[in-house]
Amino acid sequence: MNQPLLLLVLPLLSAVVIHFLLKQKMASIAAVLGTVFTAATLGISLMLLGKEATTVDLFNWIQIGRLDIGINLELDQLSTGMMVVVTGIGLLVHVFSLGYMKDDDAKARYFGNLSLFMFSMTGIVLASNFIMMFIFWELVGLSSYLLIGHWYQKESAADAAKKAFLSNRVGDFGFLIGILMIWGVSGTVIFDNMSITAGTPFLAAAVLLVFCGAIGKSAQLPLHVWLPDAMEGPTPVSALIHAATMVAAGVYMMARFFYSVGLDAIPECSAMTIAWIGGITSLLAALMATQQDDIKKILAYSTLSQLGYMIMAVGLLAPEAGMFHLYTHAWFKALLFLGSGAVIYACHHEQNIWKMGGLLKRMPITAITFLLGTLALTAVPFTSGFYSKEGILHAAHEAHSPLLYVAVAVAALTTFYMFRLFFIAFLGSARSHGSEDAKEVGPFMLLPLVVLATMAFASPLLPKLFPSLENIDIHFMPDLANGLVQMSLGAFAVGFAGAFVLYKGKTSDPLAKNGLMKVYRNKFYIDEIYAKLIKVFQDLLAAVVHFLDEFVINGLVVGGLTRLAQGTGNIFRNKMQTGSLQNYAFLFGTGIILVIYLTVFL
Amino acid sequence: MATASLTEYLFMSGILFSIGLAGVIIRRNIIVIFMCLELMLAAASLTLVAFSRENMVAGLPDYNGQMLVFFVITVAAAEVAVGLAIIVALYRARQTVNTEDLTSLQG
Repeated sequence: MNQPLLLLVLPLLSAVVIHFLLKQKMASIAAVLGTVFTAATLGISLMLLGKEATTVDLFNWIQIGRLDIGINLELDQLSTGMMVVVTGIGLLVHVFSLGYMKDDDAKARYFGNLSLFMFSMTGIVLASNFIMMFIFWELVGLSSYLLIGHWYQKESAADAAKKAFLSNRVGDFGFLIGILMIWGVSGTVIFDNMSITAGTPFLAAAVLLVFCGAIGKSAQLPLHVWLPDAMEGPTPVSALIHAATMVAAGVYMMARFFYSVGLDAIPECSAMTIAWIGGITSLLAALMATQQDDIKKILAYSTLSQLGYMIMAVGLLAPEAGMFHLYTHAWFKALLFLGSGAVIYACHHEQNIWKMGGLLKRMPITAITFLLGTLALTAVPFTSGFYSKEGILHAAHEAHSPLLYVAVAVAALTTFYMFRLFFIAFLGSARSHGSEDAKEVGPFMLLPLVVLATMAFASPLLPKLFPSLENIDIHFMPDLANGLVQMSLGAFAVGFAGAFVLYKGKTSDPLAKNGLMKVYRNKFYIDEIYAKLIKVFQDLLAAVVHFLDEFVINGLVVGGLTRLAQGTGNIFRNKMQTGSLQNYAFLFGTGIILVIYLTVFL
Repeated sequence: MATASLTEYLFMSGILFSIGLAGVIIRRNIIVIFMCLELMLAAASLTLVAFSRENMVAGLPDYNGQMLVFFVITVAAAEVAVGLAIIVALYRARQTVNTEDLTSLQG
């Protein structure tokens, strides 16, 4: 059996074994099994790194005329690099979960679904054609649904899972149409064979529809609403699925698609639309993040904002910058999420940062790794985030786009809200019982934090791990004379100063009363607007359906038929069934004459 | 002796049948209706005899048909006995044999 196939088979095997054989009775074995299998896939992914790009043909699924769909694995720099991220973070999250989910009632289900997710994500990354990618795309949607709703007894978790699934369906609908349109344009759904020369309006529409898939999965405006709610799931899940891998699948898919079609063939109008959607998402999400009180919500909006960055880079026709940021971001955002998971675990499931405080003293390792993650996210020089963010700023600068200023503003806001979080949660004094008896978490949880903290610095130093990074040259020493670096550092300074002045040593939010801040706190009321809109449309639809049901179906079809039958029956009863013997005889005779006439003379 | 042709027989039978049918439809007295019914039966028997007379078998008319008519007449006589018995029973029950008064089957 070849190694790439194992990548796909191992997690599936693990999911099947856990779900059908081990179940909750042997939950500990299930947890270890999932972890070991993930470790094995990480090993295989590392072995596959740097090999020549090949396609592994597994089997031919559908062949109808020119439509040729196989379940084949595409192994190139893009996919093998992404596999390392997926399996690497997957392994660390599994290890973290061994500690975090130790006492959960449905531990086996959790690890089974995690394996199912690893299987689906592997499928997306290695897919050699759009149809296969779409299948696994839906599978990650399913596993995401299952994992968000892991604690389905909680109504909010069940609702969040439904919301995530439905929002994704909206995007996936466009994605499927986009795939069909791409098939129409290029005659193939296989990434390797796609070559499109002319940038027709049809292609522009197709690109935007494919991007719809990314809007859903990567939670861009206007379908971003599910991601913050998805934080109802267990924190390691948030780290793996809703920060590092699945939500980045949209960016990965766009990069894969752009490379297959060729960057020159992408119509400019659709590329600009994509870039602006990314830019606006990153700005709005960063603004929303500044006023959140839930530690995971802050990180969720931060993820939205960073995904917006990556989408923006892809839209600026610099997918390599987007992928590089995806790659670095995956490590440090997973670090931040797992760190927040450790904090939540230590504070007895307290998520409000205003009820924490003073955690630096009580859980120093977690706090320091969290700080390192924060530094990486805020793009401090020598951290991985600095290099990848510079790549995006560089792409925006090259494109002479006003998006550069958006990106810098977002960088400042990022620093502001991350240090707000750090100052409130980790410094100062404990503000509740939960944070007073917080203790450092166990080794299963600390180990992934330490590894991820290392990766937050080391990831850019592992060159060639990732696709087409030749275009990004990493100057290890920041070039202070460079305008972009100055902007980046300036943004950091502004954000840090703002957070320091406003939040250092505070016990309540000084900005809470501000009207504008209320808008941020309430996420620009987008959820409420959607609720209203959906209600209006639903009521309209209900009225139309009610009309159809009441008047057309009930009045005309069902009622009409009964009235017709009744009326005919009445006519026959009154006119024919008179009870008069002669009448019957006459009708009988007429009938016979009619029958004879019809049979003999016609 | 000149005998009547098949056409004349059939014509005669048709007239008899029509008189019978008209009587069944128009008359109101059940006994008259019953007699008209018998008239129609006789018309049908006449047709049968006429056809069998025309159908030559080995130089002679086909007597099978004519024999059949005897049976029909016999059965008809039995039928008349039953029918009249029903009419008598009906009269005993309803005190009338007029069809205009016998419309209890009206829907």
